[in-house]
Amino acid sequence: MSIPNHSATFLQEAEELLQQIEAVTLDLESSPGDMEIVNRLFRAFHTIKGSGSMFGFDAVAAFTHHVETTLDLVREGRLGITPPLVTLILASRDHIHTLLESDPAGSPALSEVGDRIAAELGRLSGADVAPAHVASTALANQQAELATYTIFFRPDPTIFLGGLDPVCLLNDLRSLGECAIETHCDAVPPLEELQPDHCYFAWTVTLATAQPETAIRDVFIFAEDGAELKIERRASSASVRVLAPVSAEAVSGEPARLEAVKVPVAVAAQKAAAPAASVRVPSERLDRLVNLVGELVINQSRLNQAQALSGDPDLAAPVESMERLIAELRDSVLGIRMMPIGATFSRFQRLVRDLASELGKEIDLVTEGAETELDKTVLDQLGDPLVHLIRNSLDHGIEGPDDRLAKGKNRRGTLRLTAAHEGAHVVITIEDDGRGLDKAALRAKAEEKGLIAPDAQLTEQETFNLIFLPGFSTAKIVSNVSGRGVGMDVVKRTIEGLRGSIILSSPEGRGTVIRLTLPLTLAIIDGLLVEIEGDRFIVPMTAVTENVELSRTERFANNGRNAVDVRGSLVPYIPLRDLFEIRGNEPELEKIVIVAMEGERLGLVVDRVIGSHQTVIQSLGPFYRDNDLFSGTTIMGDGRVAMILNLAGILRYATAQPASRPINLTK
Amino acid sequence: MSKTIMTVDDSASMRQMISFTLTQAGHKVIEACDGRDALTKLGGIVPDMLITDLNMPNMDGIELIRQARALPTLKYTPIIMLTTESQDEKKQAGRAAGATGWIVKPFKAEQLTGVVSKLLK
Repeated sequence: MSIPNHSATFLQEAEELLQQIEAVTLDLESSPGDMEIVNRLFRAFHTIKGSGSMFGFDAVAAFTHHVETTLDLVREGRLGITPPLVTLILASRDHIHTLLESDPAGSPALSEVGDRIAAELGRLSGADVAPAHVASTALANQQAELATYTIFFRPDPTIFLGGLDPVCLLNDLRSLGECAIETHCDAVPPLEELQPDHCYFAWTVTLATAQPETAIRDVFIFAEDGAELKIERRASSASVRVLAPVSAEAVSGEPARLEAVKVPVAVAAQKAAAPAASVRVPSERLDRLVNLVGELVINQSRLNQAQALSGDPDLAAPVESMERLIAELRDSVLGIRMMPIGATFSRFQRLVRDLASELGKEIDLVTEGAETELDKTVLDQLGDPLVHLIRNSLDHGIEGPDDRLAKGKNRRGTLRLTAAHEGAHVVITIEDDGRGLDKAALRAKAEEKGLIAPDAQLTEQETFNLIFLPGFSTAKIVSNVSGRGVGMDVVKRTIEGLRGSIILSSPEGRGTVIRLTLPLTLAIIDGLLVEIEGDRFIVPMTAVTENVELSRTERFANNGRNAVDVRGSLVPYIPLRDLFEIRGNEPELEKIVIVAMEGERLGLVVDRVIGSHQTVIQSLGPFYRDNDLFSGTTIMGDGRVAMILNLAGILRYATAQPASRPINLTK
Repeated sequence: MSKTIMTVDDSASMRQMISFTLTQAGHKVIEACDGRDALTKLGGIVPDMLITDLNMPNMDGIELIRQARALPTLKYTPIIMLTTESQDEKKQAGRAAGATGWIVKPFKAEQLTGVVSKLLK
């Protein structure tokens, strides 16, 4: 029989349990007296130990045993929750995680780590740590010769109420060898006294078996309580004959009675966490669903077009109805992938705690908006950038306790993580009350690295943005924690890859605020469809503020400086036709789509603005994915392809080309 | 003959393993993830046997055994506890609550089928 690989399920389950353990342990630190938390913790470790041993993860089971023992002492009230114990529990969790990722049989190096932690646990609990043993239920398996046993068995009369049927036991005996069974009815009471669900019989069984006596005893293992059982070995004999009834010793006529078990009237109220009614779905299924909805949306727009062309009045109503329904379906399906950011935030509690302790700083993490939901894909990719940003904050931003006191600040620094919906976006802020961003230092560093010209004039925002240039790092010592100079530009690109943006600010040098803006979903966006020489492009609607016209005369009126007057202020623009090197002549009248990016406005010149378009994003595929200008493509209703503009990338590219560089208006 | 067995355990991997073993042996298995879930299901079906873990959230195994035994449909049904070797008092408590027998974790598939066939009529 080939058993399917259950360890995959176990590993997944164990991972979830370990996550729970981490979260719960941190809770425990703030409420050390809460027994419900201790119980949950105990159960989690207990399950890992139990399942671990079932699936061959002996090292895990053996190690977890120590943690379990320690937690048991806490449950009994014999050991209190202290910060060192919490740290040990977290270390244990980490060790188990490591063990799970390595060879199930374990390794000497890992055993050493495990032993050390176990010894510490033992020291804390004041108990001697006996080497954990994996229970072995090896039965003595001697093959004996055929022997004859006489077995007398009078069960507890209430045996049926325990779910046992003596007939099953007798059948079990039969499986051991040849049997002669005799029933004794002497204890059966008169009818008036007879209780139908009581057993008044006794049996004498003569059994010839090669199995050891322990095998016989095992048959009765569950029936021994309150029963009379005698097993006697007789002389070896090859066959069994019906023997004369063995005279039983005087058996008391009074059936043994079980003491009435008092059932507590009210079960103690448990502070049970209400299990959320939810269904677990493999991600691929969700992705397929989203794809299907995407196709539906595309086809629906084709239907729209066809209906408009045909002008058939009968089609109008149902097509409109379909549009509505599909929009609802779209929102619903995309909503399924939404998950609260809270889980990501709680991961950071542990990170901040460990990091602060490593850096010798005292830092509180405050979070807000944990229930804010984001698309799961966005959330998954957000983890690493957020970790990096938090690390930076803790490492470079927040000062040590003494420095802070000297500055008149609180000894403990505060790191604030907030998340909130703003329109079609999620805004996440990381705020600290530390040193803030030093413009002069940033500038000096950039000049030193040759990233900017010595006399370059920069706005405050541009100065802050220097941090995102590759190779930039103001850390004088490349600390272990961060500051290798590869971080921030990768963070920015990751955020932009998610079609989001990141803005730094530092009010009066009183700490730093990092503001991340992310779209609610990656799969379908509202886009503005534009055209250049017959080619179609999509501008993400969330960035668009307005459209203005640009006549040919106006274009050259500004001395070739690419800027246009919009209600009194000049907005720089990029002629996309030139940027994309599209051949042909621009029309007499062009359109400029004005977009807002990182707090600044920018214009994109196109031939025509066609209108809004529900854009189902298709990825570019491996060959084209590395380009900076387009973040994806979409398929139009008529089957043609439109490219989705990556605004940040376009700005970068344009800036690098002298001919099309949008002018800097703040000179 | 094929019997219906309910297995109660908060560990999905345990349930999966028990379910597989018993289905291979020709039985029908119904799973429940904790005591409450089990009792809800027991309101609608009558298994020929109940196998339950002892350490579970929402309602632990002992309480489940107690309440299951109180159901008229389960008065004489074999109930098996899954225990670990360190839980002797639990075993006693389980017996007192009405459990029929026990299997000690970790156990092999054959031990499970052995106990099941021992107790099923």
